[in-house]
Amino acid sequence: MDLTTRPLASAAGTSPADLRSLPTARPLVEMQGVTVTFNNRPALHGVNLAVRSGEVVTLIGPNGSGKTTLIRVLGGLIKADAGKVEKRDGLRIGYVPQRTHIRNSLPMTVARFLALGGKVNRAGVAEALAEVGADGLADASIHQLSGGEFQRVALARALMQRPDLLLLDEPAQGVDVAGQAQLYQLIDRLRRERGLGVVLSSHDLHLVMAATDRVVCLNGHVCCVGSPASVANDPAFRGLFGEAAAALAVYRHDPAHDHNHDHGSDGVCDHDHHHS
Amino acid sequence: MFDSFFLYALAAGIGVALVAAPLGCFVVWRGLAFFGDALAHSALLGLAFGMALGVAPGAAVLVFAVLFALALAALERLGPLASDTLLGILAPSLLAAGMIASTMLPGARLDLLGALFGDVLAVGPTDLAWIYGGGLVVLAGLAWLWRPLIAATADADVAAVEGISVARLNLALLLLLALTVALAVKVVGVLLIGALLVIPAAAARGLARSPEGMAIIAAVTGVLAVILGLSGSLAFDLPAGPAIVVAAALLFALSLVGGRQRQAA
Repeated sequence: MDLTTRPLASAAGTSPADLRSLPTARPLVEMQGVTVTFNNRPALHGVNLAVRSGEVVTLIGPNGSGKTTLIRVLGGLIKADAGKVEKRDGLRIGYVPQRTHIRNSLPMTVARFLALGGKVNRAGVAEALAEVGADGLADASIHQLSGGEFQRVALARALMQRPDLLLLDEPAQGVDVAGQAQLYQLIDRLRRERGLGVVLSSHDLHLVMAATDRVVCLNGHVCCVGSPASVANDPAFRGLFGEAAAALAVYRHDPAHDHNHDHGSDGVCDHDHHHS
Repeated sequence: MFDSFFLYALAAGIGVALVAAPLGCFVVWRGLAFFGDALAHSALLGLAFGMALGVAPGAAVLVFAVLFALALAALERLGPLASDTLLGILAPSLLAAGMIASTMLPGARLDLLGALFGDVLAVGPTDLAWIYGGGLVVLAGLAWLWRPLIAATADADVAAVEGISVARLNLALLLLLALTVALAVKVVGVLLIGALLVIPAAAARGLARSPEGMAIIAAVTGVLAVILGLSGSLAFDLPAGPAIVVAAALLFALSLVGGRQRQAA
């Protein structure tokens, strides 16, 4: 079954103005039948995924389900062993890895770290830091940041690339609850104001649902795709996360941003589990 | 007041220190200290072969350093052994093979002590031309690649997504490192090159706030070590290469004290 060619499975949950005016907009990136094998063990199998401007796609799945691998394929860091990855011409990608370990032996201020991505001036650095709520950190040593501060700085660097597509691998990790709420508000704003496509991975179901248009439930292959609500009710999802987790998943952060609860039409679930 | 041999030695030592400092910073930033050491050990085999074939020793050293790095990369890809284990195999094996090869040379035999610990007091105008010409090439290459190299050092994946071709940069860094080894052999010998790379950079770390600052402080430290070591060598009749390395180690110890005070301030 091809999940990608269905007419905007996510449109129901996306801000209507952007997408309805562009119903046939080409995806920023489109994967077809992507398979990745590490040491003869498949990490991803036959994955189809398309991401459009202004759309937030969240990958969920247990550890080792291929979330990071999928993001790395999108970022061009891993080549697919089979299948196709088509990117729109000139696509600019901002990437925040799950963990960045900068050796202590490399002296570096936050401002310098931001400038590594290209030529920027002092004002650009301050602006990017303000956007992610990390004002005043420009002259701090990158080694003295807390986990949450570092995530913001890494996100600021990704945004300085003026990306069309933002790839965030477990962005909520190591961030406290208040910080997570801010993070998801920021993602929501970026998508609305700049029309960014966002792909993020998380295993925190609670927060996944807040600002997500489409949830992709991953376990080596795509088990289940749809709006947060429809995925939460899907047996494949419940099989992976259990009933309790599914109950959590319908929790919503921002009622003003509530999605269309039309489970029938916006959920596409693949119960044909081809384990390999 | 100084003999010309001493001035030549000083000029050669300073030239090598200036080139080794920024490369040594990359060695420290990327955790390549053991790799740098092994790369230098492979140089002995290069020297022996260069002599046997009548090739310029610098060129032979360069070729062997590159061959060594390629062999290491292949072994890392093939097997389950960690690179420190592979280096632990390659470095002493290459040194041993170099030693054997040098004893098999007919006629004019390799000056082993000089090859192992340096022979800077025997530097002549040709060596100086080599060091400064090659050194300029290394520094120019490093300056050209500086920004992407720093980006790839901080986080290779993010740099790659941002469009930097990390694999090519790593190869370039390796070539620059191999060239530096080839230049430094005459001054401190294959056993002590690693120290000339790592110690000045390590001494600079506690005092620096930026990568460039660290490279500059490392260069100053390296030059000071050369001046102190060679002066000590002249005054107390010490072997020159080891005297330079011991002087660098003393400066490193001093930098720990300086770094402490800076942190307290």
